[in-house]
Parts: sequence; C-alpha cells; structure tokens
Amino acid sequence: MAAETALTRTPPVQAEEAGAGGRVRRTALLTPYLFLLPYAVVFCTFVLAPAVYGLWISLHDWDYLLPGKPFVGLDNYKALFDSNSAVYSFWWESLSATAIFTAFSVPLLLVIPLMLALLLNRNFRGRTVFRAIYFAPYVLGVAVIGVLWRFLLDPNLGVVNSVLGAIGLPGDTPWTTGLPWAWVTLVGVTVWWTLGFNAVIYLAGLQDIPRELYEAARIDGGGKWAEFRHVTLPGLRPVLLFVTVNTVLVSANMFGQSYLITQGAPGTETRTAIMYIAQVGLSDYKMGSAAAMSYLLTACLLVISLLVFRLFREKDS
Amino acid sequence: MSRVKPIAWYTVLIGLSLVFVAPLVWMALTTFKTSSEATRVPPTVFPSEPTTGAFSTLMGNDQTPVLRWFLNSVLAATGQAVLVLAIASMAAYALARLEFRGKKLIFGMIIATLFVPGFVLIIPNFLLVDRLGMLDSLWALIIPGAAGAFGVFFLRQFFLSLPRELEEAAVLEGANSWQIFTRVVLPLSKPALATLAVISFLTNWNDFIWPIYVLFSPEQFTLPPGLAILQGAYTINYPVIMAGALVASIPVLLLFVVAQRYVIEGVSRSGLKG
Repeated sequence: MAAETALTRTPPVQAEEAGAGGRVRRTALLTPYLFLLPYAVVFCTFVLAPAVYGLWISLHDWDYLLPGKPFVGLDNYKALFDSNSAVYSFWWESLSATAIFTAFSVPLLLVIPLMLALLLNRNFRGRTVFRAIYFAPYVLGVAVIGVLWRFLLDPNLGVVNSVLGAIGLPGDTPWTTGLPWAWVTLVGVTVWWTLGFNAVIYLAGLQDIPRELYEAARIDGGGKWAEFRHVTLPGLRPVLLFVTVNTVLVSANMFGQSYLITQGAPGTETRTAIMYIAQVGLSDYKMGSAAAMSYLLTACLLVISLLVFRLFREKDS
Repeated sequence: MSRVKPIAWYTVLIGLSLVFVAPLVWMALTTFKTSSEATRVPPTVFPSEPTTGAFSTLMGNDQTPVLRWFLNSVLAATGQAVLVLAIASMAAYALARLEFRGKKLIFGMIIATLFVPGFVLIIPNFLLVDRLGMLDSLWALIIPGAAGAFGVFFLRQFFLSLPRELEEAAVLEGANSWQIFTRVVLPLSKPALATLAVISFLTNWNDFIWPIYVLFSPEQFTLPPGLAILQGAYTINYPVIMAGALVASIPVLLLFVVAQRYVIEGVSRSGLKG
C-alpha cells in the first residue's frame, strides 16, 4: 500500500530537514499557520462549531419559530426513551426502518461488489469499459435514481410490473406502497446504484495483493476456493474493514431513496431515522428534539463501528 | 482468462451491463414519448411518435425553471470544486511538508471528522447559515460543504508521495514556502488536483438533503431538489420528470466519460486509507 509506506517513511526525513532548514523555518514561524488558515476558518465554522453547537441545541426546547429557547437539560433525550412522549413511537419506528435497511443492504453491498471485483480482476479486452458501465449509476445522484426508479416501479403504470405481467408473473406487486416490497425496492435500488463504488474499492485492493502469494498458493495446490480463503480474503482485510464501516455509515444515512421512491409508505413504515430527524428539525422546526435524535444515532453508529473494528482485530490474532 | 471461453465470458459481462444501462436508456427514451405512451401496457420501447413535448412543458413552466436550476447546479458545483482545491491544497501542503506546533493534533482532528456522520451537522449548520444570511442562496451550497476532510486527507497523502529533491533544489535557490508550493508542488500534483476537483464537483452536483432544506425559492434551486419538485408537480406525467432527470444526468455522465480515470482514482484512494 503506497499510502502506508509514505506515512511510515516521513518522520525521519522531516527531522533531517528541520535541522538543515532551521534558520529559514524560524524566520517563517507563522507560515504553516497561514497555509492552514483558510481551511481552518471553514472547518471550524462548519464542522467543529456545529458539532458542539448541536449538543447545546439538544439541551434546549429549541423551536426555530419561537423567540424563547428554554434550557431543558436532558429532557429531549429522555423523551426518546419515554413511551408517553409524542416523539417516542415515531422515533423508534424510524430507527428500526434504518436498521432494517442497513441490515439487508450491507451484506449485499459487501458480497456482490466483491464478486464483481473478482470478475473484473483479470486481463481482458474492454475491462475498463465494463468497470465504467457498472460504476455509471453511482455518478448519478440519489435524486435522479430516485425519480427514475419511482417511475420504473410504479405499481400501476411502471414498466417493471408490465413486463412481469406480460411474462406470466404477478403484475401487480406494490413495489413502492406495500410491505415487504417497499424494502425490496429500497434495498435493491440502493444496491444497483452503489455497488460499483464498493467494487472499484475492492478492485484497487485486489490489485495490491502480490502475485507471488497466488503463485505460492497454486504450488501448494489448494484449488480456487483455498486460494480465495487464504490469499484473497486476508489480502483484502484493510479494504474490507473500510468497505464494511463505510457501507454501514452510508446505509444509516439513507434519506433520498425513501424520500423520493416510497415517501415513507406504507404509512410511515419506510421513513428512515434521517427522514424523521429532518422532518422534526427542519420542517416542524423542533430543533432541540431533532438534535438529540441525531446525537443518539451518532452514538449508535460509533458503537457499531467500534464493534466492526474489534471484529477485524480479533480475526487478526 | 485462459480457462474461460471468451464467448461465455463476454455474455456474462454484457448481460450484467444491461442491468446497469437499461434503466438509464429507458429514462432517455421516455423523455421523447407522450405521457400516455410512457405508461402504456404493454410498454413500447421506442417512442411511436417521437416528441419533444416533455421538454417544452418543462421549459415553459415558471414554477419549474429548469434552466435556472441547471445554471445554479453548475455554479454551486464549480464554486465548491474551486474553493476545495484552494483551501485543501494549502492546508494539505502545510500538513505534509511544514513543521509546526500542534501539527499532529490538527491533523488528528481533521481525520476524526471523516467519521462524523453528516446528518449531525445539518441542524446546527442550518442555524449558522441562517445567521450568516446565506439561507436560500447558493453560498449555502458552496461554502459549508468545502469543510469536508476528504480533500485535505487525499492531497496530503499525495504530497507525501512526491519526491523531495525538486523542493530541496528550490530551497537552495532561495525559494520560500509559498513559491515552492505554487511553482513546484502544485504543478507536480495536477492529476491529484484533477481527481479532487472532479470528485468535489460530482458530490456537490448530486447533493440532495442539504439543498432541499436550505433553499426555498424555486429560482434558487439546484437540479436535485428541483427533481423532487417535478415529482410533486407532475406526479404521473413521467416524460416531464424523466426530462428533468436527463438534464441532471447528462453533465455528470459526460464528465464521467471524459474524466473516468480521475473518478476511479479518487474512489480507489478513499478505500486505501485503512
């Protein structure tokens, strides 16, 4: 991995240079900070400050439209666990919607792109063309793929149901309006849309595995499956860790697909946590409550990410 | 490759390609159909009487100024790409090559935010943008998003991989840090800068949740929130909605065709930080 070697190589070289250019450095003590300044201003304003400001908001009954924003301590958090509160059932319903979506899309987005990457990890004519084709949906935003699939999967007017009907299968599946079909749609569309992204990352990882390892495995004569288990998978470990954590985070952030394809239907069953947070905070302007929800969700994601890291560490030893 | 029959091999690859391409082709074909033909059972593949009626409807409606949305999208995505290149390259250079107090801490803080999910920042950022008077303006789409850590991280990695000899030669000739940065490092980094520019442009072009909530007036919209408006306004007049989707797709698909190498490079790199 080029990145890692660069990182480990740096410190000694820098130490050397600090000695050689010491005088220049001292006269220009401020220079590094000036280089950092423009980014630091934007970073502090729109990342650091809001991360702290959000916590502050979550401790208040913060209605955007009202002048008074009384301090309420942890009440916004407590309300999320209190079955008598107005937000309780909607919040847990939306959190479980996100959980269902994540639980089904993550495994598919780990396995299918890996198979695709293995398929593409050979020398053949047109390799980059096929890679580009499989990646293409990803360069379109969620808004485009959302309105497109909403059309294709329209239960009454969509081409998917007409084709299914024409070949003798049920032609009235409620892809966007009924359960479990709405989940099949949301997971399926997301897999179609983003599998090229994970496949490209896997492919880069596969190309970093030294060929000699495969040759050694071939001499040992374990067959394709043994080669995959003992060379490919261990070689992909750091990439697998990244893909797993990243896919979990992206899935938990799901918003646009539900917003455009199912609009939360049926009822509010497919309304995800982010949709609910955005609605409470930015449509109903109950920002204290929405901020509390977003921190609780972040805490959940942090725990999940740490568990994934652990899992990969243990397999290491 | 040796053990696989080429015909079977390419059949599989082409079959798979159809899964990805067919829906996009269907979108393009639909825009040239009439509303009733678009939802006819059984469906027609090619428009029986090709029409640009969907585009006329789209362009003729003041409530859905698609050309304006297009222009806004171009301005926001270009503006953010330029801003990211400027500020991220400077910060990355300091972090890769200069010595200063607190360097590790600052870099650590920037990297830590790669793991902060975006939605946590949405509500406080909405209030900040409101305070700064940027609500319902393109500035709200350009500036906050430029704070992302990816650009700094990505360019720092690239700068670290550059050979030091040229920079050392410039030092001997009496160049200062700014001259080394602009005359030696940046020219050597064109591929990395192009990659970051393309990735920033695509990300901004496709952003959906943030513009829906910080933009209010139809003439301030970019294409993604515009598509949500089209879906609400035209419900089952699918050719019009698909025409809007096509307008939003063509620039990024073209950019992808032209700059595929950079897009793939940027995505590959994001996975190799492990």
